[in-house]
Amino acid sequence: MSGSGPGVADFGARLSFDRGEPGRRAVDVPSWAGEEAPLPDDRLLRESVRLPELSQGGLVRYYTALSARNYGIDSGTYPLGSCTMKYNPKVNDTVASLFGFARAHPQAPAEDVQGTLRIQLELGNGLGELTGLPNVSLAPAAGAHGELAGVFMVARALEDRGELETRRRILVPDSAHGTNPATAAMAGFKVTQIPTGADGSLDRATIQRELDETVAAVMVTAPNTLGLWERGIEEVAGLIHDAGGYLYGDGANFNAIMGRVRFGDLGFDVVHLNLHKSFSTPHGGGGPGAGPVLCSEELAPYLPTPVVEEDDDGLVRLVAPERSIGRLQQFQGNAAVLVRAYAYMRALGLDGLRAASGQAVLNANYVRALLHGHYDLPYDRPVLHEVVFSGSRQRRELGVRTYDIAKRLIDHGFHPPTVYFPLIVEEALMIEPTESEPPEAIEALVEALISVAKEAESDPDTLHHAPWTAPIGRLDEATAARRPVLRWQEDSE
Amino acid sequence: MSSRSSGSPHPYIPATGADRARMLERIGAPDVGALFADLPAAMRDPAIHLPPALPEPELIALMEELAGANADPWRPDFLGAGAYRRSIPVITAFLIGRSEFATSYTPYQPEISQGTLQAAFEYQSVVCELTGMDVSNAGLYDVASATAEACLLAARVTKRRIVALLEPIHPGTVEVVRAYARGAGLRVDTVPSPEAIGEEHACLVAQQPDFLGTIVDLEPLAAAAHGVGALFVAVADPFALGLLRAPGDAGADIVTGEGRDLAGPPNYGGPSLGLFAARTKYLRQMPGRIVGRTRELADGNGRGEERTGYVLTLQAREQFIRRERATSNVSTAQALIAVAFTITVQALGPNGMRESAVLCYQRAHDAASRIAALPGYETPERGPWFQEFLVRGPIPAAELAARLAARGIGAGLDVSARPEPEARDALLFAVTEATPEAHVDALIGALAEIGGEA
Repeated sequence: MSGSGPGVADFGARLSFDRGEPGRRAVDVPSWAGEEAPLPDDRLLRESVRLPELSQGGLVRYYTALSARNYGIDSGTYPLGSCTMKYNPKVNDTVASLFGFARAHPQAPAEDVQGTLRIQLELGNGLGELTGLPNVSLAPAAGAHGELAGVFMVARALEDRGELETRRRILVPDSAHGTNPATAAMAGFKVTQIPTGADGSLDRATIQRELDETVAAVMVTAPNTLGLWERGIEEVAGLIHDAGGYLYGDGANFNAIMGRVRFGDLGFDVVHLNLHKSFSTPHGGGGPGAGPVLCSEELAPYLPTPVVEEDDDGLVRLVAPERSIGRLQQFQGNAAVLVRAYAYMRALGLDGLRAASGQAVLNANYVRALLHGHYDLPYDRPVLHEVVFSGSRQRRELGVRTYDIAKRLIDHGFHPPTVYFPLIVEEALMIEPTESEPPEAIEALVEALISVAKEAESDPDTLHHAPWTAPIGRLDEATAARRPVLRWQEDSE
Repeated sequence: MSSRSSGSPHPYIPATGADRARMLERIGAPDVGALFADLPAAMRDPAIHLPPALPEPELIALMEELAGANADPWRPDFLGAGAYRRSIPVITAFLIGRSEFATSYTPYQPEISQGTLQAAFEYQSVVCELTGMDVSNAGLYDVASATAEACLLAARVTKRRIVALLEPIHPGTVEVVRAYARGAGLRVDTVPSPEAIGEEHACLVAQQPDFLGTIVDLEPLAAAAHGVGALFVAVADPFALGLLRAPGDAGADIVTGEGRDLAGPPNYGGPSLGLFAARTKYLRQMPGRIVGRTRELADGNGRGEERTGYVLTLQAREQFIRRERATSNVSTAQALIAVAFTITVQALGPNGMRESAVLCYQRAHDAASRIAALPGYETPERGPWFQEFLVRGPIPAAELAARLAARGIGAGLDVSARPEPEARDALLFAVTEATPEAHVDALIGALAEIGGEA
């Protein structure tokens, strides 16, 4: 991971804007040879726009150098907990870029996009089978977008029941992703935090105490962010329903249970999935993803627009559900991501998806077994897709933080695990290997973590200044926030 | 068609049977199934019906067949109405295909994510330059959700509960703003003119060019909004901003836009990209990721260097810190599409952006004037326009579209149900810099033929 060419010493100081020369260009634009229509009045036009002027080769070289300063799944093991950084099959990208799909216009009549819609129909059916919740909208663009859809659906259903005025609370475990409480707030609900019990599961007594006629829903991540199954969630579902509330499922960790157990069978009313996690679509440095929302028959009329349906005559079309919460984006969602997810589902089939969840869980437990004793394990139970260790002993006894451990892991050639999440684990180190890492990669990761733990004892200062081999060292994040520089300026070099 | 044989090792899952046996022994579990013991036994391993797994060649063949079930991707097609086929430089797809960009995630570890971070800073810079705004985030889902977020921001800072959308604005945008507003307990007014807003409104939102293609003079709209203490939000097509006045220069407080069309092909609408830029005073109210420039810590690398680098910043606004008090719930958005957008804009550069926009304008105006010259056709105008125009023919709009479809031509969107008098019986055609001349010729020929039949 190193830049090339002259001036790499402080590569980041020079943006494309600083690398151009007036008069250079990266692409031709044909000139208009026909009759010229007069342009609109000058007051509607701009005189110029400040943009870099680079040759084509220069621009390619700049962005290639940037890519070399990045680490992806194809670079190496990426055990970022809760993010399911599994191998992204290349055939998915190839088929998604077929012109028939790629050039399809979002306003095209259904007759003109039967291939795209057939894929969405079959993907939706497959996700319905896998979750046991047969009603689906594929429109949400990411997990948090799917959550927003799900919570809006709950609000709309309560409104139709005449209970939206009274059911103002959503219960969220303290181990939840931050998107859960943020989503509940965007839908106008108050959030009540539910503590995690000593065994890492939801505290049943608190839930029972909190469940009353003011509760709209309980949002549960299953498996949870400790990598643990919520034991007895099917009974909790019954309690929630008895109290008149809905059970929302955050399916971010669906990779652990694909083909093993279904949200619908457990009593969940509405869930979202993250197809960029469980269904292998590239994460893109933070999107695009896809966050389909799936639900029970009761909530189906409220699904976001559009949903995909097949007519009696075999025509697949987009429709608006009867009591839809409406659109959450202008068109139909991240269709090209859905094509990739469908290709993944077809490449694996049920056996392959079950093999994936089985291996993902085996790999996480293998990490747990190999690393046991080297770091604290606050919730010491067999896990599903991920395992959360703690660096609290290293912090307390050696003055080495998990932050330092993560940075030192970079020097061993790994992307660090998720750190400082979930919030209920001090100095958390959240490791999700996924099924696509071979055992030797897991062993190498664990060896690196053990070596870092030993180094924390012998030479903590090396950790405090890590990473040593990355394209850049630790950055001053405090100044970045205090005196924000958020764009190129002419004299900023 | 052959399917994969059940039980054979899958190319995406490297562990072998021998590996599994060894790992299970180390863990102390009898088999993989035992690892799922916490799941309720009665519900475990349910019957699930999925189509059979396909080996790669069969998968490609299936997907080719499905792609072929869509309309011919190269036929003449004049749909616009929010999505436009553009001339995208080949290098854009090539560079975002670099798997170091594509297969990374949110840059939580800046030391090995400078590619994503610096590219996002380039993106923010380009968006600020095009829109004339002070600050940009790193991108949201799409134009409509970005506009909804702008409305929520306006309501927060003005402490007012009603947002106003100026017609004609994309109906999808109206619908999304309504859905978000309902959650926040806000009312949405669609207004025919800026005179309709008052001191109860948090913002006035106007689209540039508007939904029917007309170029809007934003300055009086901004003045009208500011006159009643409301924010002015411009929803601008960034491609058109190569030629049109920057909304920031005309007084906008927030600018949103759709970046998809400069990032790649339409992809049936997504991945999309929501632009969101604002005045500095709203920075700490903005939704989504923001990347900032900084330097290495003096003791951050043991080398005593202080090189320039990029980090996610101002994260105290965000859901993973602020939880229910965050400015938005956005987490994963459209990072890779933002990189693609940036590469296209930078490849075009200052001259190319303007030249492309002018070429688009000229091609569209040429096509419109040829249509208007056909007997029985008119192209009603509502003012100066950019790349979309209304076509009223000798037969009802829906029938005209059907007859074009029968000739292998995709017509413009049927807007005949809209309230604007110019849209009566009309289709909304888009012609861009990427529309081949031969397609326009085919359209003219077909329209003439249809006119002759009428």
